[in-house]
Amino acid sequence: MVVVGRYSATISQQRSTNNEIMSKEKFTRLVTTTVPLPVENIDTDQIIPARFLKATTREGFGDNLFRDWRYDSDNNPVKDFVLNTGIYSGKVLVAGKNFGCGSSREHAAWAIHDFGFKVVISSFFADIFKGNALNNGLLPVVVSDNYLQGLFIAIEKNPKTEVIVDLEKQTITVNGASESFDINLYKKICMVNGYDDIDYLLSLNSEIREFDLAHS
Amino acid sequence: MNDTKPKTIFEKIWDSHVVKNAEGYPDALFIDRHFIHEVTSPQAFDGLKKRGIKVFNTHRTTATADHNVPTKDQHLPIKEALSRHQVETLRNNCQEFGIELYDLGHPFQGIVHIIGPELGLTLPGMTIVCGDSHTSTHGAFGNIAFGIGTSEVEQVLATQCILQNKPRTMRIEINGKLSKGVLSKDIILYIISQLTASGATGYFVEYAGDTIRNLSMEARMTICNMSIEMGARGGLIAPDEITFDYIKGRRFAPQGKVFEKKVEEWKKLKTDEGAVYDAVLKFTADDIGPMITYGTNPGMGMRISDRIPTIEELKEISGQISLKKSLDYMGLEAGSQLLGKAIDYVFIGSCTNARIEDLRLVAAMVKGKKKAANVKVWVVPGSKQVEEQAKREGLDKVFEEAGFELRSPGCSACLGMNEDKVPAGKYCIATSNRNFEGRQGPKSRTFLASPLSAAAAAITGRITDVRELV
Repeated sequence: MVVVGRYSATISQQRSTNNEIMSKEKFTRLVTTTVPLPVENIDTDQIIPARFLKATTREGFGDNLFRDWRYDSDNNPVKDFVLNTGIYSGKVLVAGKNFGCGSSREHAAWAIHDFGFKVVISSFFADIFKGNALNNGLLPVVVSDNYLQGLFIAIEKNPKTEVIVDLEKQTITVNGASESFDINLYKKICMVNGYDDIDYLLSLNSEIREFDLAHS
Repeated sequence: MNDTKPKTIFEKIWDSHVVKNAEGYPDALFIDRHFIHEVTSPQAFDGLKKRGIKVFNTHRTTATADHNVPTKDQHLPIKEALSRHQVETLRNNCQEFGIELYDLGHPFQGIVHIIGPELGLTLPGMTIVCGDSHTSTHGAFGNIAFGIGTSEVEQVLATQCILQNKPRTMRIEINGKLSKGVLSKDIILYIISQLTASGATGYFVEYAGDTIRNLSMEARMTICNMSIEMGARGGLIAPDEITFDYIKGRRFAPQGKVFEKKVEEWKKLKTDEGAVYDAVLKFTADDIGPMITYGTNPGMGMRISDRIPTIEELKEISGQISLKKSLDYMGLEAGSQLLGKAIDYVFIGSCTNARIEDLRLVAAMVKGKKKAANVKVWVVPGSKQVEEQAKREGLDKVFEEAGFELRSPGCSACLGMNEDKVPAGKYCIATSNRNFEGRQGPKSRTFLASPLSAAAAAITGRITDVRELV
């Protein structure tokens, strides 16, 4: 297990008593080009419109990621939309502030991840989206407004600009300029190790059972 | 921890539901009541099946079909294959795991946030979650209610807990008397317009002040419902006699002596003198008029008689870009007025405004009048019980005479998952909660407003200041 802080010993002890671990994708460090979407308040209805929420599995939502920005009403690709221009590609989506506001649909995180993104960078995320992303191996990285603007300019200047996202060090680096980012330590350990919240909660079964009885 | 420290109502409820607060972990928060629906639950049940585990306590989860159901001919099989499959999947999962389902045709079916309160499942002091961001509605009863993702739905089904970090607290106080024609919907649209669509992110809000105290339970629900539209995790109102009167005698609420005992406990659910919030905001009712949104997020709202801001009036460049993008989408001019603007659709419905009081207000305004020829009007009751009550009171006749279509319960055109969609380029004045691009159908254009403003627009065919009609 990767040592990421003073809590790691407690958590690894907790894990070793739990037989139910279902391993998820692990995230440590990523070097990749990016896709910029400099729009603020991108809500989850834009990320995945409601009419595409009818599936009963988690897979395949990437096809309809940003559906109504990506395709016109005749289902033809909108030429100047960033995912269609052919200029930008990569595993990091860079978006304007208050990304993921609106509906709690986890399908938004599934769609972004399914499309192939591993990280979303913004200066501000909506709470529910942030939680959903972290529960699905999609890392939300919060940077300062200034850093975000600098990043948009750098990517526009050179679409092949690479970013280095280092979760262990909690840094993002572009053209030698680094900024550190915050992440809840527990969530970081889960991301680095591919843990799932439910494993921990299942290990509390008897305490929860007691609580339930006392409050019924 | 010092238990004598003054606490907010939020802290009291939260702290009493923490099963485990282990070092390095978020709180394991016990959930009293869990609501599920067809759209955000199938993948959670799949998770349980893969892990081979049962639902922790089936009595604490209630299911209904609402997001994806037709609002016409609900007695017939759902025509659209994917929607039908999703509702059938819910049915099968509820049967397999032993969960109570209020399916299409059941007298208790309806929008999940409408049926919880009307059935007495929603009570003060509880923790309530649902895979839907408008779960905050239930907070009107003085409980902690918030929306969650599907992974968390799975956690709750499996363990009756979720892992959460305690949010910060915000108090929003509104005092004063509301003027004629101003409803609770206008209050919340006003607050969101002041805070922006992200102004309360990271906070859990408590609404207080005499303006809030004087509202009915249904009006309070409208306020708490839209807490998420300013980014807040949830919003609550401390319970009082109005709350207890509403709950008394409801189907699943405590009855008789047990109820009386509960009321004594619930009376303690208020913020202690001297308790500290992370943020406090105060507004006066005098500043609030009938509101309307002009943009593509709920924070872009104004008094209906105001004009849309000009690009230059906004200080930040990012805000200017957003305004321009929104107005392009809406087909509106910066600096212009909305009064008198012709509309094409009127949607009266959703978990925000589809309760019996909303329908009564609309009916009282349109009684003896006819809708304008240029508009199509949908009235979609929030639940089967609301629909039946409306019929008992003869509201269906009023709507019929006015040329309004009274549909069967569901989320309907709030999110356009079923066939109730506003066509591309058309304008809809809606009592729902979101005006996002394409929310009511691809390229649809939404104005959010109160049920009275929507009713007024239905009659005139234009955006109308309701104060001219009442």
